[in-house]
Amino acid sequence: MTIKHAAVAGTLESCDVMITVEPSDTLEITVDSTVKDLFGKKILACVEENLKKQGVTAAKVQVQDKGAFDCTIAARLEAAVLRAQKEG
Amino acid sequence: MRIRRTLLWIPGNNPAMMANAPILRADTIGLDNEDAVQPGDKDAARILIRNYLESVRGKHPLELAVRINDVTTPYWKDDITCIAPAQPDAFIVPKVERPEDLYLVHELLTQVEKEHGLPENEIKLLPILETALGIENAFLIASTTTGRLDGIMMGGEDLVTSLGALRTREGREIDYARCRIVSAARACNLNPIDTVFPDVEDIEGMIADTKYSRQIGYSGRAVISPRHVTYANEVYSPSEKDILYAQEVLEAYEEGRRLGKGAVSLHGKMIDAPMIPRAQQVLEIAKMIRGGKL
Amino acid sequence: MKETKLCHSIEDAIRACGLRDGMTVDFNHHLRDGDYVIPMVMNAIGKLGIKDIKVFSAGIFNGMMNRGLTDLIHQGVITSTEVTGNSSILGGMISRGELPKVCRFHTHGGRARTIVEEDLHIDVCFVAAPTADCMGNCNGVEGPNAFGSIGYSMSSSRYADKTVVITDNLVPYPLQRTSIDESVVDYVVQVDAIGDPNGIATGIAKPTKDPLALIIAEYASKTIEFSGLLKDGFSYQAGAGGPSIATTRYLSEIMKRKKVHGSFILGGVTGTSVDLLEEGLFDTIMDVQCFDRKAAASLRDDPRHREISDACYAMRGGPNGNRSCAVDSLDVVVLGALEIDLDFNCNLVVNSSGLITGGAGGHTDTAEGSKMSMIVAPLRRTRYPTVVKKCTSITTPGKDVDVLITEYGISVNPKNQELALRLKDAGLKVVSIEELQALAESMTGIPDEVRFGDRLVAEVIGRNGEVIDRVYNILE
Repeated sequence: MTIKHAAVAGTLESCDVMITVEPSDTLEITVDSTVKDLFGKKILACVEENLKKQGVTAAKVQVQDKGAFDCTIAARLEAAVLRAQKEG
Repeated sequence: MRIRRTLLWIPGNNPAMMANAPILRADTIGLDNEDAVQPGDKDAARILIRNYLESVRGKHPLELAVRINDVTTPYWKDDITCIAPAQPDAFIVPKVERPEDLYLVHELLTQVEKEHGLPENEIKLLPILETALGIENAFLIASTTTGRLDGIMMGGEDLVTSLGALRTREGREIDYARCRIVSAARACNLNPIDTVFPDVEDIEGMIADTKYSRQIGYSGRAVISPRHVTYANEVYSPSEKDILYAQEVLEAYEEGRRLGKGAVSLHGKMIDAPMIPRAQQVLEIAKMIRGGKL
Repeated sequence: MKETKLCHSIEDAIRACGLRDGMTVDFNHHLRDGDYVIPMVMNAIGKLGIKDIKVFSAGIFNGMMNRGLTDLIHQGVITSTEVTGNSSILGGMISRGELPKVCRFHTHGGRARTIVEEDLHIDVCFVAAPTADCMGNCNGVEGPNAFGSIGYSMSSSRYADKTVVITDNLVPYPLQRTSIDESVVDYVVQVDAIGDPNGIATGIAKPTKDPLALIIAEYASKTIEFSGLLKDGFSYQAGAGGPSIATTRYLSEIMKRKKVHGSFILGGVTGTSVDLLEEGLFDTIMDVQCFDRKAAASLRDDPRHREISDACYAMRGGPNGNRSCAVDSLDVVVLGALEIDLDFNCNLVVNSSGLITGGAGGHTDTAEGSKMSMIVAPLRRTRYPTVVKKCTSITTPGKDVDVLITEYGISVNPKNQELALRLKDAGLKVVSIEELQALAESMTGIPDEVRFGDRLVAEVIGRNGEVIDRVYNILE
């Protein structure tokens, strides 16, 4: 699965996460989170795992998290990747 | 048949509200991908709804339903194919106007169930009648035989537009539609679910309207605010007096049967046949309420 | 009048007190975020070239920090603090090790005890007084910036070496209504304004509409109803947070329904508590601090609403003479917490990320003194679980905490089997605290453990002056 163009999913509301994916030659993930101290590692692991699941090996992923649970992070990531496939 | 005193709408694109939804005392949660979500976000919302359902499955005793988009939109098919595998208890289908609308959804749902090895026909359908045609076709729609139909919902807000009427606090402009749905639902042995009371702040008005709703035969209603839930639950719940009476009705009926009596009376009044299933339903609701619903 | 105590300026008063490097100054915090006095005094101290001051105050608020205290810390004018109520800005600075000396967090009762038993020597006590006369008689209920009870200045004004009253409403001698009298006052300074009224009190706290807070309040009020304590002569204290205020309102409905007549409300008083007094549900309010204008007005006008000192409120007995205090006669207290763990220990000072953000207030005092202490809190706050396996820091020990109320149910401390049975018999949703912790974790996921550094930055002190917990610097 290749990222064709930049796409965003999610919001900056409390308990949500905004994820931006852009085309890239390598895999780069940056995580900025209001709960970074306690869940920074978990959020990164969740993003890595779900990118793998979706077959994305190269992308620039920016995560702006406001305390979202894993199932929300996974959902927003899946939606962003999906949007990055669409034409136009 | 499932008891639904309250059906609380939760925007399907709002993780914070979805996380708190199970604790808000509603009998049913309606995760909404229709009116609550902008067209551009419906693709993301349905994935969020699906993931949410997977994370809470089996953890709470309440019913989890999902409102898909209506069958004239380009969204409804993706709603079903994406979300059905997560096994919501029911799909709520808005703007149903003819039986065909329901059969369309039923067919796709059956196909998805087969593809994913899900148990057949377990996911229910709850249509919302909210257009003039839908109201007129109420009985036909209630008579559909998909095997999934578990209630008929009334949608007052869109209906007003469809009727060319003016929305008021008292709501007389939707009286006919409200009563027609009760009638059509009951004729087909289904529970009717009333429309929302649109003013979040007007608690007094909501309680009065809910009492009226109960009076005309509804056993529950949709609500747009968590603040309406406990008040509405109370109105649709049988009182201690109601429960006592229902017990007496059933006891008198049983005694009459044992003694071989043709007609039974209680407190000087005849017990008609329809009173029996009503009394049973009252006790069912009472049992469900007492089972840790404080 | 033989002599005047009036100084021309704050600087003059500071000089007259002989304040030197390394000394300790005391303040009351009743003006909260609208306080001008603490910044004015500390800025003046800084201007006079005095350094290495310990600030001992009932509370420090962010408004005060933004008016100069942050800079004064950086400049070495303030080198340590001992407070009961805490500002997140100050907490952050302490956590990052920006203050050279170890800071301390007291309970209200513990702070009073520290003063009265002279564990700590206060060199100068500054009293922010909404109304005063030129000899220093003062009160907190009259004047344009009236805040109500001046309870937190009562012990320190008596025991400090020097006491300075600062007011923006100087009236002719003698002030008729006096909370702190001239016999303990050395100097008086008149200023333009002691505070900003908008920051002092937030008006009257509006009843919360948050559905979670209302559910918690419903469980909490029913817990009180079935605890066996709700009978004539009942006494009560509640905090000022959303769930606490909602609990108080639901409680009033239960009391009316059951025709229970209470004896006193203690606090930390809000307008909601005043309603209960005015509705005749209680006979008396004992008030050490007013949280809003309604409470302040009631203290001024209603003889049933009585001002008490910090010592009378919560101070433990000791050689210098507290025979008793009000919290020890309290039936029920409703409190909050940042965290609560499986042993019912409560954390009010350090957040889940390891940052100092809060203060104990009267938590530890009322939890110990009351017959039933109740913690009302949501199961989680965004992704931070409130119910945890082990608290990041302990403020109030679990032995003094009786019940936890969350939106997912009620947990009773295992030492209270009788209470647990009563509540279960009443049909309330009683669950184990282990269940609640597991539920919270299943929603949020398991958080990483917070890592602290080696440098001791703060101590959490209990009612008797003992160290309850030590806090180390956060690693960034």
